Amino acid sequence: MAAHESTFQPTSRTGKWLDERLPLPRLVHGQFVDFPTPRNINYLWSTGGLLAFCLGVQIATGIVLAMHYVPTAADAFNSVEAIRRDVNYGWLLRNIHAVGASFFFLAAYIHIARGLYYGSYKAPREILWILGVVIFLLMMATAFMGYSLPWGQMSFWAVTVITNLFSSIDAVVPGLGTRIVEWLWGGYSVSSATLTRFYALHYLLPFAIAGVVGLHIWALHHVGQNNPTGLDIKSTSDAVPFTPYATIKDVFALSVFVLIFTWFVFFLPDYLGHADNYIEANPLSTPPHIVPEWYFLPYYAILRAIPDKLLGVIAMFSSILLLLFVPWLDTSRVRSAKYRPLYRLFFWLFIGSVLALGYLGSKPPEGAYVWWARVFTAYYFLHLLVVLPIVGVLETPKTPPGSITEAVLGKAGKAHVSTGGKS
Amino acid sequence: MRATGGTRAGVAALMLAAAVGVAAGAAPAARAAENGHVEIPRQKWSFSGLLGKFDQAQLQRGFKVYVEACARCHGIKRIAFRNLVQPGGPGFSEAQIKSLAETYKVDAAPNEQGKVVKRAAILSDLFPPPFKNDNEARSAQASGALPPDLSLIARARSVESDAPFYRVPLNMLRDIFTGYQEGGADYVYAFLEGFKPPPDKVTVPKNMNYNEAFPKPHFTGMPNPFVAGDGLIKYDDGTPGTVDNYVRDVVAFLSWAADPKLEERKRIGLLVLGYLLITAILLYFAKRRIWSKVH
Repeated sequence: MAAHESTFQPTSRTGKWLDERLPLPRLVHGQFVDFPTPRNINYLWSTGGLLAFCLGVQIATGIVLAMHYVPTAADAFNSVEAIRRDVNYGWLLRNIHAVGASFFFLAAYIHIARGLYYGSYKAPREILWILGVVIFLLMMATAFMGYSLPWGQMSFWAVTVITNLFSSIDAVVPGLGTRIVEWLWGGYSVSSATLTRFYALHYLLPFAIAGVVGLHIWALHHVGQNNPTGLDIKSTSDAVPFTPYATIKDVFALSVFVLIFTWFVFFLPDYLGHADNYIEANPLSTPPHIVPEWYFLPYYAILRAIPDKLLGVIAMFSSILLLLFVPWLDTSRVRSAKYRPLYRLFFWLFIGSVLALGYLGSKPPEGAYVWWARVFTAYYFLHLLVVLPIVGVLETPKTPPGSITEAVLGKAGKAHVSTGGKS
Repeated sequence: MRATGGTRAGVAALMLAAAVGVAAGAAPAARAAENGHVEIPRQKWSFSGLLGKFDQAQLQRGFKVYVEACARCHGIKRIAFRNLVQPGGPGFSEAQIKSLAETYKVDAAPNEQGKVVKRAAILSDLFPPPFKNDNEARSAQASGALPPDLSLIARARSVESDAPFYRVPLNMLRDIFTGYQEGGADYVYAFLEGFKPPPDKVTVPKNMNYNEAFPKPHFTGMPNPFVAGDGLIKYDDGTPGTVDNYVRDVVAFLSWAADPKLEERKRIGLLVLGYLLITAILLYFAKRRIWSKVH
């Protein structure tokens, strides 16, 4: 882990005894109390803690929901209704879990956008970033399979549409795509067998996520946190101990996040969902418009923007997989967009494109909607494949301050703080 | 830190706004563009908003309307007789519902000869469906359409919007801040009030009915249940028996049926919000105090 001296002093005899055998308290103390945190990080750095919280909430509520849920095509919808109506506080658990998925993605998108803005993927944080993309992919798989479980109309048809995407492989290897789809379904159509296997995987994957999150945090604590200046910690005055400084900041951020979360859980539980999912799944009746949950809309728009099915599927998957290469696609030596005026402009164009794609993904794929989706899809890929490498070379970045302390206090303040003065 | 605090907060706010924007853009407006739609006006409901509660008397009237005008074709299979007694609902007395249940017949457990005979329903029984199966339900309709179960209808419908894209974020913020969850109720209300004579050039197919709230081409298999007009159903509490009252009351009843824990949800929600608000304020001052040592 990070190279800082441990100041952990076990006081009790049991504490000393344990420290010599399994220094777990020392590890926790070193990583979550002493850990040097850049003094200038803003509230966007609280999203990591929020995400850990979201994962915990989803696992805790999910386990209890699993005690009441029945993963068969005949009873899934009824069991969710029984949870809403008859299980003690079942409505609350179910609302927290459903709204929780949305807020998990909300926090993840802000977290990813922060990384892109402040160049948090640059050396030495490439592995940290890649682990993040892996977590994101696992989250998407988990959320997709979780959305199938209520077995409403949208659940059923979303599963049908998305699993059918694999049949596009038939265009390359005839028959292979169909085989993969049948293997995913466990039969020749989306059925009870599909639901049961998705349920099993939906229960499994969160623990895989927790494992990768462990690696993500390990990598983070090994290289240290990035910060708005993108500068490394160079002196003790650049950093503050994680506890109490980052802890109290993160806990305050969490309380605000949970406040908004609560608003949705108690007063808008269905706002982020689709009314059609309160209609029991019916293989014989296709809803007029099949739309995924909001957090998949940008990718859905990319999929539908491309007229060829196979190419659409490739574009959709590569839009996410490309993120893995961002550390090498960005050629700039300066990390933070704060000192990169040109990149900053393109960054906001990119965010705007993703938002626009989200809006277009909710619209029917026809007329002007398709054309705009093509424009923004084009920019999405241009940004990652062309803008990132070229702007890094062409742009003359502004000169970042000499140190984090200087960025916070100005040149004059440096001596003031390093002598231990209180300001 | 002070100098750049503004920009930083700005970036954070923008990102959050952007993310919330995408978040909410999803659900609405999916069906609108293809089918076209009529503007569905928002109604005033006693159960909307932060402090919303069901009006017990209205739920009782709504239940009467359901039984007399809807129940012949539409079931409420997820509602048990006991639900009509439970808090947060119509609040009938146990004795009232016990005697009501006795008028319904349900399948008993197989007897010693293995025959399934009927018995009177008890509080724990679900409302028996009006038809044995979907095929029987279809064949009993002139249009041949399946009358859906109404237990969830007020949640399973929504109001679609065709607002231009630049209005969408504002609309979403308005709905989020006002806690608008009554799209389903508004739609069902508009549908039940929407049986109007068709416009001149429109020919309604045989056994179909024109309804202006129903998605284009506005033909539904369901006939107007209140075609007899005012006075069709006699209210026991002196409320005027008008069609508008029938519709409002039955929609309130169906909204409760789709969300019987609404009152408990809002009551606990207020407590949680208050608790979190105080916690957040205290944490904010704790944070400022701790960080004042480094600033």
